[in-house]
Amino acid sequence: MLQIEGWKRLTIWFFVAVGLLLALPNGFYTRVEQHNDAVAEMELGFDSPELQAQVAQWPTWMPSSLVNLGLDLRGGAHLLAEVETDAVYAQRMEGLWPEVRDVLRPERATVGAIRLQDGAPDELRVAIGDPSGMARAIEVVRAIARPIVTLTGVGATDIEVRAEGNQLVITLSEEERIATDERTLQQSLEIIRRRVDEAGTREPTIQRQGSDRILIQVPGIGSAQELKDIIGTTAQLSFQPVVRVTSDENEAPGVGNELSPSIDEDGIFYILERNAVVTGEELVDAQPEFDQNGAPAVGFRFNPTGARKFGQYTAENVGALFAIVLDDEVISAPRINEAIPGGSGIITGNFSLEESTSLAVLLRAGALPAPLEFLEERTIGPELGQDSIDAGRIACIVAFAAVLVFMGLSYGFFGLIANIALIVNVALIFGLLSLIGATLTLPGIAGIVLTIGMAVDANVLVFERIREELKTAKGPARAIELGYEKALSAIIDANITTFITAVILFVMGSGPVRGFAITLGLGILTSVFTAIFVTRLIIVMWFERRRPKQIEV
Amino acid sequence: MRLRLVPKQTSWDFFSKAKLTLGISGFLMVLALVSFVIQGLNYGIDFRGGTTIRTESPQPVVVADYRAAMEALELGDVSITEVFDPSFGPDENVAMVRIQAQDGEEAVTNETIQRVEEALLALDPQMTFPSVESVGPKVSGELIQTAIIAVVLAIAAVLVYIWLRFEWQFALGAVAALVHDVVLTIGIFSELQIRFDLAIIAALLTIVGYSLNDTVVVFDRVRENLRKYKKRDLKEVLNLSINETLSRTVMTSVTTLLALISLFVLGGDVIRGFVFAMIWGVIVGTYSSVFVASAILLVLGVKRDWSKPDNTAGNQFGAVDP
Repeated sequence: MLQIEGWKRLTIWFFVAVGLLLALPNGFYTRVEQHNDAVAEMELGFDSPELQAQVAQWPTWMPSSLVNLGLDLRGGAHLLAEVETDAVYAQRMEGLWPEVRDVLRPERATVGAIRLQDGAPDELRVAIGDPSGMARAIEVVRAIARPIVTLTGVGATDIEVRAEGNQLVITLSEEERIATDERTLQQSLEIIRRRVDEAGTREPTIQRQGSDRILIQVPGIGSAQELKDIIGTTAQLSFQPVVRVTSDENEAPGVGNELSPSIDEDGIFYILERNAVVTGEELVDAQPEFDQNGAPAVGFRFNPTGARKFGQYTAENVGALFAIVLDDEVISAPRINEAIPGGSGIITGNFSLEESTSLAVLLRAGALPAPLEFLEERTIGPELGQDSIDAGRIACIVAFAAVLVFMGLSYGFFGLIANIALIVNVALIFGLLSLIGATLTLPGIAGIVLTIGMAVDANVLVFERIREELKTAKGPARAIELGYEKALSAIIDANITTFITAVILFVMGSGPVRGFAITLGLGILTSVFTAIFVTRLIIVMWFERRRPKQIEV
Repeated sequence: MRLRLVPKQTSWDFFSKAKLTLGISGFLMVLALVSFVIQGLNYGIDFRGGTTIRTESPQPVVVADYRAAMEALELGDVSITEVFDPSFGPDENVAMVRIQAQDGEEAVTNETIQRVEEALLALDPQMTFPSVESVGPKVSGELIQTAIIAVVLAIAAVLVYIWLRFEWQFALGAVAALVHDVVLTIGIFSELQIRFDLAIIAALLTIVGYSLNDTVVVFDRVRENLRKYKKRDLKEVLNLSINETLSRTVMTSVTTLLALISLFVLGGDVIRGFVFAMIWGVIVGTYSSVFVASAILLVLGVKRDWSKPDNTAGNQFGAVDP
């Protein structure tokens, strides 16, 4: 008969209660948002009576996750950028020339004169005077190839060398290209993230899409152009000679010098020559490496002009300090141990492995590694977003009311139960959305409204079935039981098929469409839950108390 | 006293004019395809690249003036439509300006957008631009591809699911109904030249889901009745099943439509096209689950030999019972 075990009842009520609790903060959106912002700021060390008042607006023991509002609701800018990784290949090949020249020079007796030739941007062509020395030329150039570690193969190197007539053709190996692409994208992501964060906008989304794209969404920003400006500004990296180190920030640096603070040591300032030896624009690559003693270090490489300047400077200033400066802050100021020709070198210091990695990232992050092409730009004004929210809210309330009244008229008391389930259902959707930190978009609101309409379907199926069973079955209890039992397969089948489409939408869709898929999918889950557990429990509880001889559905 | 949209007991014959209803559906589908081929769809920038700028101003929109201002800039195909919405106040006059993708460019450059905005501001200094969206041809090409794949994938997934849960005839019937709904929806978008963008694809897939929901409920009852009344004629069983589920079909459609209509009227103009697609889909989907899916099932016939009483078939999810 109609029986549900005690623990099951508790579990059902528990889920409903948790869902309602999680949904609750969304009812006080602005207040909770201020509370969250204030808490975040206080964690960063800020404190003021105002912040405390804002924190006090919402009890800290309550859940405080909110549904994120998508760009179309909050206003802001959306950019889809493609990273032009090809440009990096060209840079790499350019940077390789001095090294190749330096290894071929001592071999001039066998290979003859060496000349750089024009070629495709992603290859380096070197003509040699004596074709009979080609084998030797290939051998020495191959020797400068660096091994790279990949998942697929051991023994792969970064460059490939082959002969074409009297020309030596050097290209990046396939493995190296893949690794380079990956690195370029990671760097671009890192740089964009840091720049957007520095701009101080709230909750930006910076995501990788596919192999070479980056999606950037920043709420609250005025226009896509503004966002492009932020991303496009290059952080200034330079290598500057150190005049002296001081702990007095007011010390006069002297003519042609400037005073820069250390980025990580408090109270240490460097007086630098204003004229940089080399700038970050001339840096081609930086990697975490290990020095001869196995201590973490950072390896870097300059392009030809940078290499020449750097080689000359280090040769003349062995034993002196030079500073690596990023946006007027000194990242590190190592001592020059020896002349560094060839344009590559390593920075040693008391680095931990993490520090060397982050320094490499910082060095590389100085400038975007490759140009960005913007494939998609969208700007949505905050007023338009607010209008959409308002319109969506009104539509939701009216839809809700219409469905509630209609269900009440059609099914009477049972309709009221379905209505309670519907309210629980919408609350659960919001609770789940907050819990998983999903983003609510305008189509997402449409998804909720659609769910309001469709959520009653499972209940309708059951009620209609109970009506039918009442005609034949023996007594109301049996009719209710059979109604649920027989409607189940239709409910499950119907909802699984809709759920399939929601999943496909989620996987294939992007942006707002994905937001719709999320609310639709969650709506299906919660509506099945409320229909087969919650309404059933309410009906059973009512039935136990009243024991009616007859029911009308 | 209960509100009843469908009489308590019905025994309507839904297939007396099966040829006529199938004929009408077929005719409408042909019409939709013809319209699609001849007129094409009014693709939004999501699918063909370009830029849309939404303008808002206290001054009334004069499309001809806007057009004249745009023509001076020589940007190629420019379309200007005024937007109406009951929620707009008297000083909110909104228009959408769409510019085609410029040659050799991905997203339309900022200079172009600025030129457009300047030209419009010269016309009406109080104008604001609440949204500017620009999509490059590369992305729009991919979006079309993904959209088509998504719709095809959804239909295929559903075909397989129903095939597994029912019989192949059911699956074909359901998919015929889906194709019918999708084609008619595309048809009405082509016929009325409503803007067809990414959101409409979401709507199409939702229609697929909804129409299926309806079809599956009817089929579930058909399967049950086929087991119950082994001797009865297929047509009778189908009619009986549709009549039995009719009340539910109408109830659900009405509640869904109530929700959608309130969204259509009050939800703002940004998603109106999207909601329109869904309203149309719900109506067409409800119709098709009876007059297309079931009619095809009748034409195809069903294996009637359910001699091995497969008790689990309809109740594989029986374990979810609390």
